[in-house]
Amino acid sequence: MRDIAIVAYQQSDSVAKAGAVNEVELIMPVLARTFKQAGLNSAQDVDFVCSGSCDYLQGAAFAFVSGVDALGAVPPIKESHVEMDAAWALYESILKIRMGHADSALIYGFGKSSPGELPIVLSQQLDPYYLAPLWVDSVSLAALQARLMLDQGMITERDMAEVVSRSRRNAMNNPHAQLSGDISPEDILAEETYLSPLRKSDCSPISDGASAMIIATVEQAKAWGLPYAVVSGIDHCIETHNLGMRDLTDSVSTRMAANHAGMNTGKVDVAELYAPFSHQEIILTRALGLDKETVVNPSGGVLAGNLMMASGLSRVGEVFNRIVKGEAQRGIAHATSGPCLQHNLVTVLEKGENA
Amino acid sequence: MSDEQDVITGINAPVYLKYNFTAGRAPSRFLSQIKKGVLMGQRCPKCSAVYVPPRGSCALCGVATEEEVKLSDKATVESFTIVSIPIPGNPIEPPFIVANLVLDGSNISLIHLLSECVNEEVHIGQRVQGVWNPESEWGYSMDNIRYFKPIDEPDVPVDKIGKLPVTGWEG
Repeated sequence: MRDIAIVAYQQSDSVAKAGAVNEVELIMPVLARTFKQAGLNSAQDVDFVCSGSCDYLQGAAFAFVSGVDALGAVPPIKESHVEMDAAWALYESILKIRMGHADSALIYGFGKSSPGELPIVLSQQLDPYYLAPLWVDSVSLAALQARLMLDQGMITERDMAEVVSRSRRNAMNNPHAQLSGDISPEDILAEETYLSPLRKSDCSPISDGASAMIIATVEQAKAWGLPYAVVSGIDHCIETHNLGMRDLTDSVSTRMAANHAGMNTGKVDVAELYAPFSHQEIILTRALGLDKETVVNPSGGVLAGNLMMASGLSRVGEVFNRIVKGEAQRGIAHATSGPCLQHNLVTVLEKGENA
Repeated sequence: MSDEQDVITGINAPVYLKYNFTAGRAPSRFLSQIKKGVLMGQRCPKCSAVYVPPRGSCALCGVATEEEVKLSDKATVESFTIVSIPIPGNPIEPPFIVANLVLDGSNISLIHLLSECVNEEVHIGQRVQGVWNPESEWGYSMDNIRYFKPIDEPDVPVDKIGKLPVTGWEG
């Protein structure tokens, strides 16, 4: 088995409205910084490129094809795309390298959610016969989930407010965060209810932006002379689309993916969890059995900025950053997709020799 | 019992999603110029290729095209097809010509219509010029040019197509 190394990661600022920029203009500056970090010139210098995006977000058909114009795809490159978060583009790229079809890959994700009404847009990913025609939005479904937990005494509103408060405070050290500040749980609890029982602060913001990463075989990373983190495991599991059949207060698929990825074979110093709603961070922390030894969402997580189709990759990037800086030896990154944490991917990262 | 049931072949589930669409910074710059009757290309800082209409990057080099270059409305036919079937919902009556045209001063072709020509005599290298709608009708649109028509200039050899300066073709 060929070991995989992450050698570069960059993210744009997470902003409420990126203004007039199109997908090419959103991606290009992030790619330029990523190539620079890896000491490469363009997508010609890697063997494979894979992106994650969703045209429904900005309402532009085949936006991901236009995105290729940011790569310098002349002469032609090997390229692929997932209509998912770019964390799944990372998964595809890892398979490609493990199979021996490539030694290096560029992965990027981008999302411009501001042009549409995101919770309504996301209703169209639901079952097309019974749920999508009802236009049940993503925030309402998360509110149902939070209500289940509150009424069973599994969490309190204060627990949720503490998640938000910690996110805002951690995000003060994240230069790309959209929401940050020294905000106490009391401040959060004083807010009005938005979609009961959720307050606005319990929900991740609507964000525009992009992120990008370069991975390679460990041999290639050494040849480039770059500090790296090793991806020691990655897996994803999905639950049924029928919300009535799921235990919404747990995340079985996250736990399974983490087990398959080998999370429990060592200490977890840091965990970046893709929890678009405060109570979901608690579900994930419990599902994974994380204790006080693990620092959860030191970046602020997606409550500080939720780049649809990029924030899953960013979770991996945030753990990579901490390992390369020497702040952690080993960590996990989680990505999610679908309503109420339906589909979950877990990546395990470890310190490389050069880090 | 279930044999009696009607076969359901469709359900009504209309989808309406509203977007505040933006063209992008580079296309916005182009569109605001064409509203004034100006064809403004953008040059790649690396390979110097001039793009029209621009999308914001040089697709060859993957870098932003910031420099603006004013172009001519004269062009050369790079390729063409005679369309003999109607386009649904389009008022143009067949047969008509769709052509790849390279504007003088630019290096990449754009697609537009050819008219006021003998269809059978259209050929690669032919010189053409834009026929503009009345100024009062100009909008943020390529439609400001209704079509291109042949002009009385010598043909451009194939190896020169896409390499003409904005001053045009001397022959």
